[in-house]
Amino acid sequence: MKPPPFRYHDPRTVDEAIGLLSTLDNAKVLAGGQSLMPMLNMRYVLPDDVIDINKIAALCYIRETDGVIEFGAMTRQRDIEFSDVVKARFPIIHEAILNVGHRQTRNRGTIGGSLCHLDPSAELVTMAAAHDAVVTVAGPNGTREIPFAQFPVTFMTTAIEANELVTGVRFPRWPAGHGYGFVEFARRHGDFAIASAAALLETDSNGKITRASVTLGGVSVTPVRVRAVEQALIGQKGSEDFFREVCEECRKVAAIDDVHAPANYRQHLATVMSRRALVAALGRVGKA
Amino acid sequence: MSGKSIGARVLRTEDARLLTGRGEFVDDIRLPGMLHAAFVRASFAHARIHGVDASAALALPGVRAVLTWADLSRGLQTTRLPSLVPNPYSKFPRTQLALAKDEVCYVGEAVAIVVADSRHVAEDAAALVSVDYEPLPAMSDCRDAVAEGAAPAHADLPDNKAATFKTAYGDVAAAFAGAAHLIKEALWIHRGCGQALECRGVVTDVGRDGMLTVWSSTQTPHLEKRVLADLLQRKPDTIRVIAPDVGGGFGPKAIFYGEDAIVAAAALRLKRPIKWIEDRREHFLATTQERDQYWSLEIALDADAKLRGVRGTMLHDTGAYMPWGVVMPYIAATTVPGPYILPAYDLDVTVAYTNKVPTTPVRGAGRPQAVFVMERLLDSAARALNIDPAEIRRRNLIQPEQMPYKVGLTFRDGKPVIYDSGDYPAAFGKAIELSAYADFPQRQKRAREEGRYIGIGIGSYVEGTGLGPFEGVRVAVEDDGTISVQSGAAPQGQGHKTMLAQIVAEQLQVPMTQIHVTVGDTAAFPMGIGTFASRVTANAGPSALLAARTVRDKILETASRILDAKVEDLVLDDGKVDLRTGNRRAVSLGDLAKASQGFPGFSFAPGQTPGLEHTAYFTPPQAAYCNGTHIVEVEADPETGAVKILNYAVAHDSGTLINPLIVDGQIQGGVAHGIGNTLLEWMGYDTNAQPVTTTFADYLLPSACEIPFVDAVHIETPSPLNPLGVKGAGEGGTIPAAAAIVAAVENALDPFSVKLNESPITPDRIVAAIDKARRRKHP
Repeated sequence: MKPPPFRYHDPRTVDEAIGLLSTLDNAKVLAGGQSLMPMLNMRYVLPDDVIDINKIAALCYIRETDGVIEFGAMTRQRDIEFSDVVKARFPIIHEAILNVGHRQTRNRGTIGGSLCHLDPSAELVTMAAAHDAVVTVAGPNGTREIPFAQFPVTFMTTAIEANELVTGVRFPRWPAGHGYGFVEFARRHGDFAIASAAALLETDSNGKITRASVTLGGVSVTPVRVRAVEQALIGQKGSEDFFREVCEECRKVAAIDDVHAPANYRQHLATVMSRRALVAALGRVGKA
Repeated sequence: MSGKSIGARVLRTEDARLLTGRGEFVDDIRLPGMLHAAFVRASFAHARIHGVDASAALALPGVRAVLTWADLSRGLQTTRLPSLVPNPYSKFPRTQLALAKDEVCYVGEAVAIVVADSRHVAEDAAALVSVDYEPLPAMSDCRDAVAEGAAPAHADLPDNKAATFKTAYGDVAAAFAGAAHLIKEALWIHRGCGQALECRGVVTDVGRDGMLTVWSSTQTPHLEKRVLADLLQRKPDTIRVIAPDVGGGFGPKAIFYGEDAIVAAAALRLKRPIKWIEDRREHFLATTQERDQYWSLEIALDADAKLRGVRGTMLHDTGAYMPWGVVMPYIAATTVPGPYILPAYDLDVTVAYTNKVPTTPVRGAGRPQAVFVMERLLDSAARALNIDPAEIRRRNLIQPEQMPYKVGLTFRDGKPVIYDSGDYPAAFGKAIELSAYADFPQRQKRAREEGRYIGIGIGSYVEGTGLGPFEGVRVAVEDDGTISVQSGAAPQGQGHKTMLAQIVAEQLQVPMTQIHVTVGDTAAFPMGIGTFASRVTANAGPSALLAARTVRDKILETASRILDAKVEDLVLDDGKVDLRTGNRRAVSLGDLAKASQGFPGFSFAPGQTPGLEHTAYFTPPQAAYCNGTHIVEVEADPETGAVKILNYAVAHDSGTLINPLIVDGQIQGGVAHGIGNTLLEWMGYDTNAQPVTTTFADYLLPSACEIPFVDAVHIETPSPLNPLGVKGAGEGGTIPAAAAIVAAVENALDPFSVKLNESPITPDRIVAAIDKARRRKHP
């Protein structure tokens, strides 16, 4: 279980990294290394070149401006976990990130690495889908922005080109008093979620739901925004029974069938997780 | 120092070194000029090999050799790996060659070794070795394997029935004919891997004197020496095997593996030391496991719930080879009666070859399966007869006055199953008390009112431990007065050194710090069997006692000569011998050791023997049977199938305890193993017998988060079979765990009328069982 031979590069700037990506044929970008290193050791990936971007200091930041939070691609998960801004303004991200691997892996794992690896059960990927995040990508011709809805192409495959590098991601904020809930089911704490659900809710003064975001992680090959559920919630007053009925829709999501769980179990869990996330979200409306 | 150390809860002498990272494991051994090996392994579960082309691998810089079957010595080409136990039940007892010749029978079977300057290069080269395979039909499921017309798992065998045998006693026909209640169940128990944290590994070196030294992560160094001598056709005294610190065994490291012989053969050929460290993926592919058993059983009871008989069949998946013969299914078959009075029993066993990694005992060795089926039958019977699960057990337990109790079976040691001692109702009662069983109905009622589903389950077992033939121990007083102890029993973390030192310390009245124990080196002790089957304390322990007693006699004899006093007037304490009257100078053990060796040129007196040392080989007459009861309380989430263990109570009787702290650790670890087996671990193969769970992300082990603190109480019924009264304690923590946990989950989900006759119970299977029960109720 040793990696195959590869050339190692450690650029100091984004431009340098883009230059390497543009000239090298079979290169892999090394961010926190929590997925790539085991994949190299198990020879699941066989790159000729590895471009380590850990020395690009400019990619490490958390900035909040005008209701938007922006994370540099190399921001460690542990820094997001301990960010006061995240805890205060994006409490669902704080709740979700506690489920990302373990403390030791969060010390190294990055948000950019997680988004590019695009594991369907990754909590940060689910958060990006739930928030309609926008990914910033640098390439030889400058930067471009990809709305998260267009970022995943299919299973563990993103819309970025081979010569592009994710530099950051922006999450628009939900207003103060929104309800939020993130729940996941994993076999052991820290394991890949077999199913997770993120729910964000806003209600009017009568308690009727005016805006909803419901996202499933781990169920399908990419995270799924369950639009049918979101639409069914609008204009309604939430309750556990109502959510139970509405969340039946989640059973229709095309699900992964693998050694961890059969597809019908994932679909069943999707109905349970989405309901529990919505119940949690409703209980928190108006409280933050 | 004076007084008792047997039974003392003392810290392990091994721990300071191990816990501060100063242990020396095989991978810590680095020799000058050492090369590194990697193996080319079968990628098909069953295939014919038409040729191996190593030219591209050999061309890679840094590659020193690629050896296939064709390159091996005649001994290695023709001698199959040994079958370690007699196997009268098998028509075709097949073991493998160290490297495959022309057929591979499981994914991971070794085909070639690559030796290179580094492990990195060795792996690069291994990927370049091209093997010309012709895939053959592969058997994945043992039920398919024994079906009429199934393709053979070995091309030259007529079918996949590796062995068949019957285990029976009593008049089963009469027992069933007169029964008031008959209950029939089909049960499936899967067991996975041992998964020691340290995988296998070997370093071999050939000295200038021609001595072949082998460091191996093994449970059986003396066995390894013997097999290496046979396979390499070398004189045994030119081989030294050392088991250094070993990071866990759990059974799979008790057999001899072909890789060790091939690495040694390569070292002999290249005249360079070679290291091979098994990586985790190889461990999943090529280290033995346990596997599926399918049972179909029927139980007959009286109107008052007294057992009359059990009959049925069992199908055991042995994998591609049978290095331990039929030991696991045999032990399983003979463990079924357990602590209960079962007048009649009849089981037909079929052992199936499949194209999966071979099986050998993993902690429990067939017993968890047997206890699972028996306890599940009792739970079904309790439900059918509408009596409490504890009550049906109470009515059937063997009573202490019935000891020694002859079950009517023959155990795997060839001796009749005779439970030597034990108070089963006492252990059962302690567990009932410890688990607050009597109050559980109130707890369950309260929880249900809160919408929570909690349940309780019981598992009891009897385990044959301390199997012979022997483990020897040498005790000697060194010239400086310290005590050296050697034994052939090599540990993998169990604390043998502490255990032996405690026994010797008490006999010689020296502090444990003055005792130096050497284990795991064939050069330090001539014979040994190995550490498995919960056998070391019951074999080596009495040997240490007997050796130390003899040394004590020699000490006093020598002192009596020197002090010119009668032995009965002498006191041995704190490293010296004194006269009871105290009117002469005491003599230290060191001076006595020197004196016992006489003076150059002066003959000994008649009858005097040199030195203060003795070697004893205790040989137990039969297995010593330990017993216990586990009671588990769980909470189940019927929506997700998640199971949380709320309370785990164990009452355990392994005879006299040498060190309760170590036994507590064995129970805690054994239960962890059992929880993993029941709720997490599943070794998956697809229909082509390709393994699908070969990383720790797919094969889930319990971690500290999933394991509760086990509440254990010891009962000490001394065994009459050895002078210490000890029985084995290494496996009892695992054996009844699946039975108790599955019962508890079934009990928690009682409102859904769920029936659970399998293990592991993963969340998806629990949800499916609820769904199935619901459909049955409301079609």
